[in-house]
Amino acid sequence: MQNKVTDLNKVVQLDEPSIAPFSRRRFLTYAGLSASTVLIASSCKKEFNNDPALVSNAEVGSGHDKPKEVVNLGSGDIGILNYAYALEQLEAAFYEQVIATPYDGISSKEMEYLKDVRDHEIAHREFFKNALGNRRIGGLKTNFTSINFSSRASVLGTAKALEDTGVSAYNGAGELLESATYLLLAGKIVSVEARHAAAIRDLLTYGTFADSTVIDANGLDLVRTPSEVLAIASAFTYTKIISNNLPTS
Amino acid sequence: MNFSNIIEEIEKTDPEVYEKLDSRRSAMKNFLRFAGKASLATLPFAVGGMFKKAYAGPNGTSSITDVLNFALTLEYIEWEFYKKAVASGIIPNPTALAALTTIRNHEAEHVAFLTTVITSLGATPVSFTAASFDYTAHGTFPTVFTDYGVMLAVAQTFEDTGVRAYKGQAGNLISSNEILRAALRIHSVEARHASHLREMRRRSGLLIPAGTLLQPWITLNQSGIASAAVQPSYDGEELTTQAGVNIVNINGFTIAAEEASEAFDEPLTKEEVVSIVTPFFA
Repeated sequence: MQNKVTDLNKVVQLDEPSIAPFSRRRFLTYAGLSASTVLIASSCKKEFNNDPALVSNAEVGSGHDKPKEVVNLGSGDIGILNYAYALEQLEAAFYEQVIATPYDGISSKEMEYLKDVRDHEIAHREFFKNALGNRRIGGLKTNFTSINFSSRASVLGTAKALEDTGVSAYNGAGELLESATYLLLAGKIVSVEARHAAAIRDLLTYGTFADSTVIDANGLDLVRTPSEVLAIASAFTYTKIISNNLPTS
Repeated sequence: MNFSNIIEEIEKTDPEVYEKLDSRRSAMKNFLRFAGKASLATLPFAVGGMFKKAYAGPNGTSSITDVLNFALTLEYIEWEFYKKAVASGIIPNPTALAALTTIRNHEAEHVAFLTTVITSLGATPVSFTAASFDYTAHGTFPTVFTDYGVMLAVAQTFEDTGVRAYKGQAGNLISSNEILRAALRIHSVEARHASHLREMRRRSGLLIPAGTLLQPWITLNQSGIASAAVQPSYDGEELTTQAGVNIVNINGFTIAAEEASEAFDEPLTKEEVVSIVTPFFA
């Protein structure tokens, strides 16, 4: 691969979007969106006014990955990769706890699936950690106090929410990336998250793998902006995640 | 300046120019109306404007609609397949029938959606009928609609292939946020389908090779199907290194090659996908 993600000084710079304005407008109209909707979604990201220099991610020492009170995702493609890294940290920590303290009456098949999902999320988390190198955010301080890890319904219900949210996050993040290399990496991960989401849903209620709560009338899956996703994720983390420098288009 | 000569010249380098212009019928009409009033000097500008609409630049509509028509072709293959599957009369229980109906409906929605998007971009959407396809793949799967195990195996292969196909095209859509977003939203639906079909196959126990543990995710390059014919849809899924990062036992965590490969789905090129689906055309 020419543009290794490990070489962060060589982010691929692609041309600006070049779709004809007319076609773009027609598509927005068709998709039930309007320019004003898009603008409102973009402006939501201005809720924090923190100076990114005050929350530097550049100092990577022995304590870098310890849980932080505040992390700043940063800007550009690195910001989006850190956004994914934050979500993977959250997911991996959740499943690590699930496997460490299995819920009452867990079946062997459920254990088999949840162990695999844990391993996949650890793989994603550690991949982003290594790929981002010294540009990575610190550790997240997770808050799982709302989850009853001895309850199947609580654990699988949370897993379902995390996986569906993860799918919607990656679906919304793709367009924020400039690099086709990073886009492909995100694509490699999101379909695995979708496989997880469907599997967890089928464990909860068989046949709900892609029901109308996640798939719309055009057959399209969930999509969310980073601010929408982080509003959901904030219920599971004490760490304040600053995202106001992320790209909005 | 002779307008038809210009078209002929372009046709030499792009045989589809008539189709592209014809799909821009209103642009043509406007051009002719304008050309009637225009002086000779303004004509090159008018012609240039019209072709800009037909091709929309180096990264623009032309390649995007090509990708969307490729995706639409795959969706037709799936839709017509599930229509026949649902009507086959061999689905053993109402739960399975409901799941296959849900998937059929999503594929129908994808066909309608992509057709509308391609049309809105000024291009001509491809169109197929049941008669366009041969789901026995010219005799490779003769019992595809009479043997439930074969039916599910072909369905799983279509879905896993579809996931890889969309993934392989994402980079070609990066110039349009709206189109890329829509494609990603279809991509993850196909992955949900693949996950469920694998679960259906695991529960049925049909056509699973001895010693294989079939799961909702793809382990190494294993199809989980007792047929060598589907192997091209799984070759290349065994990667355990991503962007130069080795995932096996990464940072001291016990991650086997199996889980490392499962954690990342791999793309297929358009050429690889065409090679896989070509036998399914009548």
